[in-house]
Amino acid sequence: MHDVIVIGGGPAGASAAIYLQRSKLDVLMIMKDYGTLEKTGHIDNYWGFESTMDGKELSEKGVLQAKRLGVRVKMEEVLDIENDLMGEHKFTVKTDQATYEGKTVLLATGQSKPNLRVKGFKEFTGKGISFCAICDGFIYRNKKIGVVGNKKFMSEELETLSNFTDDITVFTNAHELTVDVDTKVVTDKITEIQGDDVIKKVITENKEYDVDALFIAMGTPSANDFALRMGALIDKNNIVVDDKFMTNIPGLFAAGDCVGGLLQIAKAVSDGAHAALSLNKYVRAL
Amino acid sequence: MPVQVTTDTFKKEVLESDIPVIVDFWAQWCRPCLMVAPILEEIAEEYEGKVKVAKINVDEEGYLANQYKVSSIPTLYLFEDGEVKTQVIGLMRKEDLIKKLGI
Repeated sequence: MHDVIVIGGGPAGASAAIYLQRSKLDVLMIMKDYGTLEKTGHIDNYWGFESTMDGKELSEKGVLQAKRLGVRVKMEEVLDIENDLMGEHKFTVKTDQATYEGKTVLLATGQSKPNLRVKGFKEFTGKGISFCAICDGFIYRNKKIGVVGNKKFMSEELETLSNFTDDITVFTNAHELTVDVDTKVVTDKITEIQGDDVIKKVITENKEYDVDALFIAMGTPSANDFALRMGALIDKNNIVVDDKFMTNIPGLFAAGDCVGGLLQIAKAVSDGAHAALSLNKYVRAL
Repeated sequence: MPVQVTTDTFKKEVLESDIPVIVDFWAQWCRPCLMVAPILEEIAEEYEGKVKVAKINVDEEGYLANQYKVSSIPTLYLFEDGEVKTQVIGLMRKEDLIKKLGI
């Protein structure tokens, strides 16, 4: 079992991994890509670079630095994290390729972004729109369920939901479907969600679909998706952490953009360093 | 301490209660529900005699969950004089929960 599993390899995650490795803890860093920085062309406000820096290049250097210092890095997509409910210090992290166990987890996956901005989305959130199949699927036994998504995250949710009903429609919302599913699939763009007290219909460009519930599992899971499933507090789209960067779940830490505040590399690096120091103390006290 | 409420005891414990009642629709498999539980225990203790906390297991009490259109858990309702005053969906900090429920 690893001492710490760091999820995300950006400035917060990689900095934390470097500090943790140098504290001689067993650390595994899992990342699917270079995140927001991958798309940031010019960085001029981060200390120590005479010339403009490319975001992806900076991120890659950070990961190479972590590797040089001994951090094990897996380029995989995390699909689910489970914490032990019996009080054991154990987190099980499931990726698209393997399953890992850690005494603690640091979430550093960047800012969680709302992924379906259509009319009615906010209104029916919690009124039929759900972000967690394991939490709410049971309520919709033998009902008509829609699932919005296009990748493995969606098929994971689909698998959970198929225990409750056979009547499931997948809405890709005009994104490319990258997994095989044996349900009905609608590839139109969603334009509106309608209902009264609760959700009733998904409206797409070409048609209307009756639903009793709509589960959102678009793209890849965000830090908030993990937090929600484990019961970590989220406030205004940010994961709530204490001054030690720990969430309300013992052993689950979060740092960088996913906890909010200044969305800057300097702050993410600082978060990563602080979280690593706290994690070091926490793991050694176990 | 929060009271466990069933379809049989709902009327007496919630609708006919002399004091406001926070009703928590929850389930064992729902982790956010398990995290909201200690918060509600604290509220039950701090507001003893002023506000009652009742818990309804949606797994066992599907009828009540349906009747109150519970579509995502945890869902919390504040009942006053037999009527729903406020509804809060999802896990949140204790102070935010108290504020949103309006107790």
